[in-house]
Amino acid sequence: MSVRSSIKTPGEGLQPVRPARRRGPRISGGLAHLLTLTAACTVLVIVGLLIYELYANSALSRSKFGWNFLVTQTWDPVFEEFGALPFVYGTLVTSALALLIAVPLGVGAAIFLAEMAPPRISGALTFSVELLAAVPSVIYGLLGIFTVVPFLREVVQPFLRETLGFLPFFQGPIYGVGLLAGGVVLAIMIVPFIISISREMLLAVPGDQREAALALGATRWEATWQVVVPYARAGILGSIFLALARALGETMAVTMVIGNDPKISASLFAPGYTIAAVIANEFTEATDDLYLHALVELGLVLLVLTIVLNGLARLLIWTTIGRRTEHAG
Amino acid sequence: MGSFTNAGPRVSMPDRPNEGSEKPMSALQTKIKVSGLNFYYGTHQTLHHIDLEIPENRVTALIGPSGCGKSTFLRTLNRMYEAVRNSRAEGVVLLDNEDLLQMDVTELRRKVGMVFQRPNPFPKTIFENVAYGLRLNGSGGRARLAAEVEASLRRAALWDEVKDYLQKPAWTLSGGQQQRLCIARALAVKPDVLLLDEPCSALDPITTGKIEELLFELKNTCTIVIVTHNMQQAARVADYTGFLLLGKLIEFDESPTIFRKPARKETEDYITGRFG
Amino acid sequence: MNRPTQRKIINGVMLSLTGVCAMVTVSILFSILGYLVWQGATSVSWSFFTQLPSPVGETGGGMGNAIVGSGRLLLLAALTGVPIGFLGGVYLAESGDKGFPFLIRYAADVLNGVPSIVIGIFIYALFVRPMHRFSAIAGGIALGVMLIPIILRSTEEFLRSVPDSLREGALALGASKWRMVATVVVPTAMRGIVTGILISLARVAGETAPLLFTAFNNRFWSTGWDQPTSSLPVMIYTYAVSPYEDWHRQAWAAGLVLLTLVLVINVTVRMVLSRNAPAQKG
Repeated sequence: MSVRSSIKTPGEGLQPVRPARRRGPRISGGLAHLLTLTAACTVLVIVGLLIYELYANSALSRSKFGWNFLVTQTWDPVFEEFGALPFVYGTLVTSALALLIAVPLGVGAAIFLAEMAPPRISGALTFSVELLAAVPSVIYGLLGIFTVVPFLREVVQPFLRETLGFLPFFQGPIYGVGLLAGGVVLAIMIVPFIISISREMLLAVPGDQREAALALGATRWEATWQVVVPYARAGILGSIFLALARALGETMAVTMVIGNDPKISASLFAPGYTIAAVIANEFTEATDDLYLHALVELGLVLLVLTIVLNGLARLLIWTTIGRRTEHAG
Repeated sequence: MGSFTNAGPRVSMPDRPNEGSEKPMSALQTKIKVSGLNFYYGTHQTLHHIDLEIPENRVTALIGPSGCGKSTFLRTLNRMYEAVRNSRAEGVVLLDNEDLLQMDVTELRRKVGMVFQRPNPFPKTIFENVAYGLRLNGSGGRARLAAEVEASLRRAALWDEVKDYLQKPAWTLSGGQQQRLCIARALAVKPDVLLLDEPCSALDPITTGKIEELLFELKNTCTIVIVTHNMQQAARVADYTGFLLLGKLIEFDESPTIFRKPARKETEDYITGRFG
Repeated sequence: MNRPTQRKIINGVMLSLTGVCAMVTVSILFSILGYLVWQGATSVSWSFFTQLPSPVGETGGGMGNAIVGSGRLLLLAALTGVPIGFLGGVYLAESGDKGFPFLIRYAADVLNGVPSIVIGIFIYALFVRPMHRFSAIAGGIALGVMLIPIILRSTEEFLRSVPDSLREGALALGASKWRMVATVVVPTAMRGIVTGILISLARVAGETAPLLFTAFNNRFWSTGWDQPTSSLPVMIYTYAVSPYEDWHRQAWAAGLVLLTLVLVINVTVRMVLSRNAPAQKG
């Protein structure tokens, strides 16, 4: 939209001759201010209400179990014994696994796109990666069930059991669904985020840092790995935190491949459960209030985790951008 | 630029130490011999057939109006242009009888170091900044590394100011100190040639003076090539000066000649501030 | 092998490795999406778009109600989320950085980071429980709540990118602050703002979790706004985890439709944005 067409020429649409008002808004100005302010306050109200509702609707469970809720292993709706540990475990394991796979791949790809690739290739690939970040979670779940799970069941898990079966992680019966499937699907989902944010952080590093390293005789890789990446380190870490926060809250894709078994097991082949998955599956079936409150309390735990992680992530990303302006002085 | 009206049509030359004991040019060794250097960004030619001999252990300055190609020329000497797509250099540039346009680039950059216009220390400690170049090819032990770092910081006249703070981050230093740190960092790998691209343009006059004093000392062990837009600096610091205009080398001679009795009219016009 | 050669080899190897990372990620993602397209394309048919789901266990039927349902939910989401997000964004863009605006921004960031299933719990407590039923209202509002922080931040960004010189020009002519905003700043940034809204709509169109216990699901056409409503994402989920072959087939078709919708919006919007970026930044 051209700027010219959007600015009225002097006199057109403005009151002619009347002297400009310096003090006090016009009625229309006041109304506009009020409207926008109300909208802004609504945001605050929503957040406040959300936290309140979560807190209030988990009261029964919190008062009955207290802090033990976080470390109890049983999840028994029949006998009304509820503990969060299996779900926290499943959430953490799948997320950690996802990070383990996605971070090297994602940061490596980001380095390639930011430092190595010719501009056209870099642009096209970045565009594609950003599109992939827009794909809905349920579609990754759909693909997970019918492509990833069979692949794991037929190819990957047997292979892992043969080669690394002495480790407790790779023992036990093979179902296809399970913690490993959850981790892999999550990894596929968070990789585009890591690539896209890390790439931006790398591009934010001042060009003369790289030049200084090259001028000292460093190879391209050395200049990148020893100077550019450390400079962007905070921001890249921030992107990892953001991806992790996203992974923790991820519901559908993981629910569809995790196996839905609230047990803690060392083996990655075993089915598991995440906080988001159990809420998704059992919420509408919660027959009594305590059951429901326990599920809401799980939601509260998840909320706190993601808020903390997101806060840390943004702090780290701001640090990188802030460093850049400081250095340019 | 045209502020010479009071000083008359010529730049006044300061008294230069040891002027009498300098050898005439013919007896000097040539460190870098440039023959027929052409440089292109894409199809656009920015340097035209430059022939130049840079003498060893002297300070050579390159002056000229903005856009004349002096920075481009400087960057061909350590092939920094290779990071830019579609740029290429043609010709022969001999560094001690080896064509630096053909030799291995990381080896070239150990022999030819560079200090940039704005200080660009790495986000590491003072010690690690200076040690960086040394670590690239194997450091040879902590004690040796520490000795080399100290020696470089001394050569850059920074040692006394930072010797108790080597573990502090480099960005805590002032601008002038940061630039001297960058000089120390470049010197640590013991280059034969040091290229400086307008090194004082971001610094105050006092710091500039300190760095210019540094160059007097350094040239005994190093060949210095400095690009500057400040003619008085060139007159103060350089033994030889080259004047570039629109990508061509118009004149190259001993500084007193360039600034007092230039042979070419274009040089004279520039010196007296008639343009640029 | 001496050190310099060793360094050269490392250089070559590591550079190639990063290229491999890029290729691996992109090709995995593209190949599984290609699989979706292949599977889905063979299942999509006219009846898919027009018919209701057939009774459990029977083959045939379609997802007409889910497509309409998604449309209604999105409409309601837009009606609730867009005004609040847009106006809030205007407020933030014309305010400073400290104090109350900072609080609003932080709240929006928190809301943005809330997992979508938790939003579902929130709306369940706020609407479904009191109403004693699942409804399109609840589902639409849940999606609307998700829209707010996204639209707010993107509106603010686009408004802030309008150069101050335009603002000053209007003020110097005697316009009051809010008049200046309404007649100069917002129209200049409008294209960007609209694209931001479209992208966010595309994003919530694919959300499943917040609908699971708000709009729930419906195997028939929903007649009112206060009834459970079917939606594409929820149908995909339900059918995919079911044991019926035919339902799997339909899940692929639905997946293809949903993906096409989301990607088309995203691609169009991004192209429009990149074409106009220089005009915006002035």
